[in-house]
Parts: sequence; C-alpha cells; structure tokens
Amino acid sequence: MSEFNRGRRTVPGADTLGSSWWWDRIAQGVVFLGGISAIVFIVAIFIFVAQQGLGFAIFELDKGVFLTSPEWRPTTEPEPVFGGLALIVGTASVTGLAMLVAVPFSLGAAIFIGEFATGRAREYLKVLVELLAAIPSVVWGFIGLTVVNPLIIDLFNVPVGLTILNAGVILGLMAAPIMTTIAEDALKAVPDSYREAAEALGATRWQVIRQVVLPSAKNGLVAAILLGVGRGFGETMAVLMASGHSVNLPTSPFDSVRALTATIAAELGETARGSEHYKALFSIGILLFLVTFTINLLADVAVRGRRKRR
Amino acid sequence: MAESRKAAIEVSGLNLWYGDFQALEDVNLSIKHGQVTALIGPSGCGKSTLLRAINRINERLGYVRTTGSIEVHGQDVLAEEVELTQLRKEVGMVFQRPNPLPLSVRDNVLYAYRLHRGGRSSRREEDEVVEGALTQVLLWDQIRERLDHPAIDLSLEEQQKLCIARLLPVKPSVLLMDEPCSALDPEATEAVEDLIWQLRGEYSILIVTHNMAQARRASDESVFMLMGKVVEHALTGQMFVTPKNKETADYIEGRYG
Repeated sequence: MSEFNRGRRTVPGADTLGSSWWWDRIAQGVVFLGGISAIVFIVAIFIFVAQQGLGFAIFELDKGVFLTSPEWRPTTEPEPVFGGLALIVGTASVTGLAMLVAVPFSLGAAIFIGEFATGRAREYLKVLVELLAAIPSVVWGFIGLTVVNPLIIDLFNVPVGLTILNAGVILGLMAAPIMTTIAEDALKAVPDSYREAAEALGATRWQVIRQVVLPSAKNGLVAAILLGVGRGFGETMAVLMASGHSVNLPTSPFDSVRALTATIAAELGETARGSEHYKALFSIGILLFLVTFTINLLADVAVRGRRKRR
Repeated sequence: MAESRKAAIEVSGLNLWYGDFQALEDVNLSIKHGQVTALIGPSGCGKSTLLRAINRINERLGYVRTTGSIEVHGQDVLAEEVELTQLRKEVGMVFQRPNPLPLSVRDNVLYAYRLHRGGRSSRREEDEVVEGALTQVLLWDQIRERLDHPAIDLSLEEQQKLCIARLLPVKPSVLLMDEPCSALDPEATEAVEDLIWQLRGEYSILIVTHNMAQARRASDESVFMLMGKVVEHALTGQMFVTPKNKETADYIEGRYG
C-alpha cells in the first residue's frame, strides 16, 4: 500500500470501506454463485440419478445379461429381461455413422471458414453455422421422418427408411455445426506467425494448412470430434424419430435400431416409479452418464494438452 | 565478379496501397549485390511495407494493391506469371519476432529444403544440410545435441539464428530482415548482427531497423524513408556523417521518430 491511503481504514481488495466496497462484495458473491452453480447442478444430477438407479444397477441388475443380451423385455411377467446389448449397439452404430458424416463435413467447414474465407463471407458462414447448431433436435427428427425416410426407400429400394443410415445422417448433420465451431476455434488458436513463416519459406496455402496448421491444432480438433461423439451418444429425440426404434442387433446400415437414450425417453413415462423397469432405465442413464462423462473428460484432456504445449 | 556490380534488387516507380491508404509512393531504389543495406525511418514510413513487398508476403492481407516494378536479379517479381514459391526460395525473410515453426530444430532447418525439393532426401544428406546451415549461423556447436527438441524451447537468440539458418539450405540470393534484433537483448543483438555481417557477400541483405547504432555499424548503405518515400540513399558512412537532407539529419540525430 502506498502513501495514498495512509491514515485511512483499508481492507484487502479495496481502498476504503465505502459503498463501492459493498457493491464489490455483492457482485463478487453473485459471480461466485454463478460460477459454482455448474458444479452444484452436476453433483445434484449425479446424486439424483445414482439414488434412483445405482443401487439397482450394482446389486440387482444382472450385468452379464445387461451387457451381452440383446433381449430388452422390461415388461414381460413374471421374469422381465433387461438386456442392453441391442441398445448399446444401436447407439454406437448410429453415433459411428454420424461421425463418418460429421467429421469430414465439420473439419472441411472449419478449414474453409478459418483458413480460406475472408471478410463478409466468413462472418456470414460463422453465423449460419451457429444458426444450424441452434435447430431443435425434434426438427431434425422431423426431417429424418419426412425427408430422409422416403429418400432412403427410393434410393436404395428398401422397405423401411427409418434405419441406422437415416439416424446416422441426421445425427451427423446435427453434430457437424458444433464440431465446426470448436474445430474453427482450434484453428484460430494457431498463431498467425506460423502461417506467415511457412508462407515466407515458400509453402503454398494447402501446404501451410497440412504441414503447420493442422498439426498445431491437432488436440483441439480431437476435442471437437470427441465432443461430437458425446453429442451423438446423448442425442435422444432425433435418433428416436429417425432410427426406427426397434430393439434389434443390426447387421447392416439398413436395419432399424433403438438407442439407449430413446429407450429412456419412450419408456420412462409409462413405468411405475420405483419399479424394476424404472430402475433399469435409470441404470441406462448411469451408463450414458459415464460414457459422456468419459468422453468429455478426454476432450478436456486433449484441449489441455494443446494449451500446455505452448 | 561482374555480377557483384549489378543490382540485386531494383525497385522502380513502386506505389502500394492498403485499401485506400497509400503506403508507398513512387519508390525508386537500387540495392547492390552482396551488401547489407539498412532501411531506416520513423514508424509508419513504409520501410517494412517495402520489405514485405519484395517477397510479396504482404499479399496475405488481401487488400494490397501495387503498381510499378520490383526486379530481383533482373526478374520482375510482381509479374503475373511469377510463382510465389520460387520467389520465396530466391528471397528469404527473417521476421521481427523469431517465428520458428512448431517442429523440432532439425525439421525447422529442413522445412524449406524439403518443400522445394518436393520431399525428404536421405538421412545423411539431410544431416549434412542441417549441419551446414547451423554452422553458417554459428549455432551448430551450441545446439547439435538438441536437434530433436522443439524449436520453441530455444532461447530467443537461438530461435532467431535458427530462423536465418532455415533460409540457407535453399540457397536464396536475397535476405530480407524486418527488425531482426528488436526482440533480443543487447548481447543477442550483437551476436545476430555479427552473423548478418558474416553473411554479407554471399547474400544481398536488406534490413529494416529502428536502431540507428545498428544501421551505422552493420550496414554498407542506408536508405532513409519518410511518409512512404525514399528521401536519401547513400553509403552508410556518408549518410551518418554528412546527410544531404535536413529530414535525414533530424532523424539521425534523434529529433523525431
């Protein structure tokens, strides 16, 4: 403290104990609450899900059956079967196909927006991509039902169009915008001096991108893809509408499947609270939670890796 | 050598605009082969712009317009058919802040070499190239053990020398340096200046500097620019002792800039 406030009453973090000091404290408190609310919510959700389903998942649910049996017959009396394999495979296959669609699209879009588009074109594109990310998932499901469904039937001459292919394409298009945005951020984080240096050494635009920009942005790009995967696992409504929602171990992209998320969405409303079926659905929720948590953690680690290297 | 009498860079009637702003106005300049020429002048006088026009790196901005001509060894570099890749092989550039690529020391030295060669060559050949280039910038003994380290881990002085070294394997004839020492401490500055002085003869060096002392001790000729125009171009010894123009004298004596 300098001579400025000699003789006045001082407190840490402010010069004098006036009204602005109190406003300072209040603002600090509000911001702090906002900051920790994310943690509070995630812990609360976890506790709720765990309380509803964890006991069942650990002690009662037959994990062998859950992970290996494709039979999901939760309402069969007296012996319901909770086999989640078909649902897991359904979610995984739809997500996998979605990534095949989304990764090239989103990386291509990010490279174009970040490295080639200039001025107004770039601004318009960014706004459009963000707009695309804001389309509600039920609308995507609608498109899957009414546009992609007949298209698949016509194109491939198959009886049903509500299949892995349909849901994968829809989910891919859904995930692409957010992946594009994150991938573009990663490209933007590459210092321009790298590009300038490489160009001054005689590299062409494409060589600069391939040899310098993409390798430097690698971690961020991996994070973008992982977040896309997480999105794919967690997406419910569009997948429910476009996948055909039939419990089935698929053998080709033209088979209908049912996703983990869609199962919860479709069945939870019709189960008695506290019943086995109800708890089994919460077990699925726990599985989803663990998977998306792991994926997000990996994405975070990937991004951190990128920062640390600097 | 008759070659050394000829101009390395011949700039005539050069005008350059950033959008609507004219940054260079009717610049005429002849840079001698094998010498160090210093570009001096106050901030915003266009010296960096002139430098960046010669290897056309300023075109990255997208809103630059140029008229007039710049010839490097008799070839008009502003011509439509000029390949930028070739131009930048012929004309190397060192930037204000050392900007090694996010690669190992070795890969940095070999980057342009591989680029212009169209791929890697044998390990032995590349080893020789690396050693040759790093020796030329007086860095070999110092970092020979660290060739596989990321270039960003080197000290700033080493980084800047590395940035000079990576130009050499493709055998440029002209080196453009944009305040190459401004990010360095006095000792490193001296080391890099010594290096520049050593490279003269083999390369024609055009160096932008804010540092009058540097221009004075480390250049053969000096060019004083003001508001986008060349005011005076003379032997460095002459310009710093008996400048012809009042503006030059004022600037050199530190009355502005």
